[in-house]
Amino acid sequence: MTVKEIFETMDYGPAPESAAEALAWLVDQGDRFGHFINGEFTAPGDGFDSKNPATGEVLATLSQATQDDVDAAVKAARAAQPGWEKMGGPGRAKCLYAIARLLQKHSRLFAVLETLDNGKPIREARDIDIPLAQRHFYYHAGMAQLMEAELPEAEALGVCGQIIPWNFPLLMLAWKVAPAIAMGNTVVLKPAEYTSLTALLFADICRQAGLPKGVVNIVTGDGAVGEMIVAAEVDKIAFTGSTSVGRRIREATAGSGKALTLELGGKSPYIVFDDADIDSAVEGLVDAIWFNQGQVCCAGSRLLVQEGVAKRFHTKLKARMDKLRIGNPLDKCIDVGAVVDPVQLTAISAMVAANTAGEMHQAKVEMPAQGCFYPPTLIEGLTPADTLMQEEIFGPVLVSCTFRTPAEAVELANNTRYGLAATVWTENVNLALDIAPKLVAGVVWVNGTNMFDAAAGFGGVRESGFGREGGWEGLSAYTRPKGKTKSLARIEAFEGNGAPADPLDRTAKMYVGGKQARPDSGYSRGVYGKSGALLGHVGLANRKDVRNAVEAAAGAKGWSKTTGHLRAQILYYIGENLSARADEFAHRIDAMTGKKGGAAEVEASIQRLFTAAAWADKYDGQVHGVPIRGVALAMKEPVGVIGALCADEAPLLGLVSAMAPAIAMGNRVVLAASQAYPLAATDFYQVLETSDVPAGVVNILTGDQSELAKPLGAHMNVDAVWSFSSSDVSQVIEAASASNLKRTWVNNGQSLDWSQDHSKRFLQAATEVKNIWVPYGE
Amino acid sequence: MESQTADQTAQLPQVTEPRNPGMALDLDWVAGVQANTSAIERRCATLPGRRSVKKDYQAAWLLKAIACIDLTTLSGDDTEGRVRRLCAKAAQPVRAQMLADLGMEGLTTGAVCVYHDMIPAAVRALKGTGIPVAAVSTGFPAGLSPFHLRIAEIEESVKAGAEEIDIVISRRHVLTGNWQALYDEMKAFRQACGNAHVKAILATGELGSLRNVARASLICMMAGADFIKTSTGKESVNATLPVTLVMIRAIRDYYDRTGYRVGYKPAGGISKAKDALVYLALIKEELGDRWLQPDLFRFGASSLLGDIERQLEHHLTGAYSAGYRHAMG
Repeated sequence: MTVKEIFETMDYGPAPESAAEALAWLVDQGDRFGHFINGEFTAPGDGFDSKNPATGEVLATLSQATQDDVDAAVKAARAAQPGWEKMGGPGRAKCLYAIARLLQKHSRLFAVLETLDNGKPIREARDIDIPLAQRHFYYHAGMAQLMEAELPEAEALGVCGQIIPWNFPLLMLAWKVAPAIAMGNTVVLKPAEYTSLTALLFADICRQAGLPKGVVNIVTGDGAVGEMIVAAEVDKIAFTGSTSVGRRIREATAGSGKALTLELGGKSPYIVFDDADIDSAVEGLVDAIWFNQGQVCCAGSRLLVQEGVAKRFHTKLKARMDKLRIGNPLDKCIDVGAVVDPVQLTAISAMVAANTAGEMHQAKVEMPAQGCFYPPTLIEGLTPADTLMQEEIFGPVLVSCTFRTPAEAVELANNTRYGLAATVWTENVNLALDIAPKLVAGVVWVNGTNMFDAAAGFGGVRESGFGREGGWEGLSAYTRPKGKTKSLARIEAFEGNGAPADPLDRTAKMYVGGKQARPDSGYSRGVYGKSGALLGHVGLANRKDVRNAVEAAAGAKGWSKTTGHLRAQILYYIGENLSARADEFAHRIDAMTGKKGGAAEVEASIQRLFTAAAWADKYDGQVHGVPIRGVALAMKEPVGVIGALCADEAPLLGLVSAMAPAIAMGNRVVLAASQAYPLAATDFYQVLETSDVPAGVVNILTGDQSELAKPLGAHMNVDAVWSFSSSDVSQVIEAASASNLKRTWVNNGQSLDWSQDHSKRFLQAATEVKNIWVPYGE
Repeated sequence: MESQTADQTAQLPQVTEPRNPGMALDLDWVAGVQANTSAIERRCATLPGRRSVKKDYQAAWLLKAIACIDLTTLSGDDTEGRVRRLCAKAAQPVRAQMLADLGMEGLTTGAVCVYHDMIPAAVRALKGTGIPVAAVSTGFPAGLSPFHLRIAEIEESVKAGAEEIDIVISRRHVLTGNWQALYDEMKAFRQACGNAHVKAILATGELGSLRNVARASLICMMAGADFIKTSTGKESVNATLPVTLVMIRAIRDYYDRTGYRVGYKPAGGISKAKDALVYLALIKEELGDRWLQPDLFRFGASSLLGDIERQLEHHLTGAYSAGYRHAMG
């Protein structure tokens, strides 16, 4: 076209970013890559092609890691770890800072390589992925610097196996590697097989930054390599990817003692109230679902619009969709690039093709003739019962439905197995700040979407996984409390057939929904003292008692909305009432355990109650310093329903140590009493009954902990399970927890010294951090 | 000469669009308007990274920007000589050889914009060029002179030959929420303009919030404005991208509801060719190509043209240009 013709049409024309430098870098590497192990690239082995999804052209040949490669990487990481940790925070900070600087110096090379490999628009790689990756290294350089002063009780986990997805290759690497090495860990990382190139360029950067050998190791390959890492001698697995793979990793690592964080799928709601700035909310959807071709775990893929504005909103949305530009990802004037691989394109197409509900609108845009491209798609008029309202599509496909009231919006939003992110559009601050805490999600964006920063934790709840990446809250994923643990011997109950110690029979029941309850099984077991005297009987709970207790706990959700002040009052009151019966409890403990520590245990229990009461209104959230005009509120929310198998060896203190912080934070608990010494727990419900604890907040079961571990671990309405049992149930619980990917905290056969106050750990386990982003400005 | 005339008349505002007749004041609509500042700023901040025009396309877009310039002088020291010089520049905005090389002979700016007293000089200087004269009016820039004098000023300017009248609204009506008064005032201005097109200057830098900008935009369109315009150029904050986004979204809503296209003119502070491209991209994205014609879009600018000329010479020669190589206005 001539200038004069363009003057008439006012077309954009091509604006290509050059791929020359990135392609030259690949040529310099011989177009073939080995693994990066112990600071060096290995010779390329058998492998697979890495292709540009926009064109299908082969970019390089990558090596499929063998077991030997993975072993060598883990060995290198293991060897490097103590020295790296010992280098100290400030020493590590220098290395992270150097990496951040180098990422910045080579930013365009990274961006172009990312776009070539992944198919994302160069604008996104250049303006979002790469700057955020840099930001994570800068931020965590600071965390390394501050670690010794601010986290004096924390130490590195050791070697971390990290498996990352293909949608944000370098950014996910940064999210994983930066906090891990900042805290003194070493890593073995596997990038996704579709998109390994920027990880390999990053390996080169590590050398330039002077990172000690073995601190970062990168092995390439498919899921089989991932499985090898999961099975390897590592201390932690961090995974970002699909919920189905996350579930398999949970099962595979169950009972292994490996720490685990999972950042999985989502079907994040995007809620538009009738008082929203409609045009801005429409524009927000471009960033929500057409960002990175919708291949974003937190994509706002489920549009919920208030009925009164739904028609207008959808009309505007369709008009906006028709303005999107799809095509060559290296073009600086492109909004939607290529889907990562033909396999993904087929999967998206198949899901949409299988849908018969609603009305589909596909953007009326020019589509490239070749390559992995899928048109921006809207399917409106769906209901929660439709598959596409529930299943993650992981493509540029938006589904929508309407709602009538704020309460209904919340119900619809939360009607999902996932809980990663949510977006709320309203100009009403009351509404926004009312809705945000009610949404079951790890991140909530108000009047914006897909805002990320290293200073604000990112991560989900429910089947979107657990753990946070970024912020202070993200550091716990890569640290553990200092100190050695001791193995825990199984505590056996005393046996006997003697006469009752107390001639007047007292029936110890279970405590469910604020009432004393007989076991569903109709069976009881005698509890004997050291000398064989019968101290009483306790019911043997089975899975139905677990069901009833969880139902009661779930029903007591009002507790989570009470104020910290109120919960503190109740906890103090429990302590007061326990104190009044201290002698009796001490005597009971001594009688059951055959020891003389009862009085001290009761006193410590009262202290735990007081400490939890003290924290109830002080375990504050934070306001993160994110780079927007606005705030990111890191709110600490209760986990929900927590099941806890209480310590056998400290029958009262173990139970109180778990219960008090949990309910202080607004959780409801199902407690399985010490199996060997259960009567302190059954006495304790009388204290609860006299202390204004609302029904269902605390539920107590007795019986075999190994019986209860599985139903509790597998229960879909339980949000976390803790086990301090001396029975060998850690594996059972963690394997069962894969059902709904609930959080677990199990002892793996190691003891906790109950005479010490571990309240901080319990408080942390009892809360989820939700980051609520609130940009402001008039 | 024939074809040149045809090119020029194609740029004139009167040719293709029916004028916006206005509508009854709809306060429900006005009350329902929202403008989320952070989201609007985000859209504007990311747009330059999302849209990019290069090479011939960039040249064509810059030429389009020239066609949409209201070449402006609004100074206390304006003289007839100064205005004649400006008009000559409007008629020949780019060196003739450069235009020939670009295949764009006959390109002119959209209009020349002056104070009332300079209208006769401008009309004389532009005779035969087809370039309309726009006059600022109604007690520009503050708009606080007696109402009957503001009406009379419009009438005088029209009589003097101005084909476009840039009026200023009473900001106090917006700041006090007196929408009826704003509507009535605008309606009276429109009526006084007769056949001349009226651009309503909102003075957005003085309206306090983007929501007020959106509301004032709607009221002025309801009262019959042909164009809505950001600023006088005399406020401390003049045209910005966020204000532009709010105003053109209001224009889009008005068109969707009434079927009438209202024009948009950002004024003040746009002095770089690069900025002009971003404005054009924003218009193209939010309003569509139809609005990229001078009958519906103008830049109120004085120094923008000089930067565009340098960029165009760079496009033609591959070497960066210098200001003195281009004729001053």
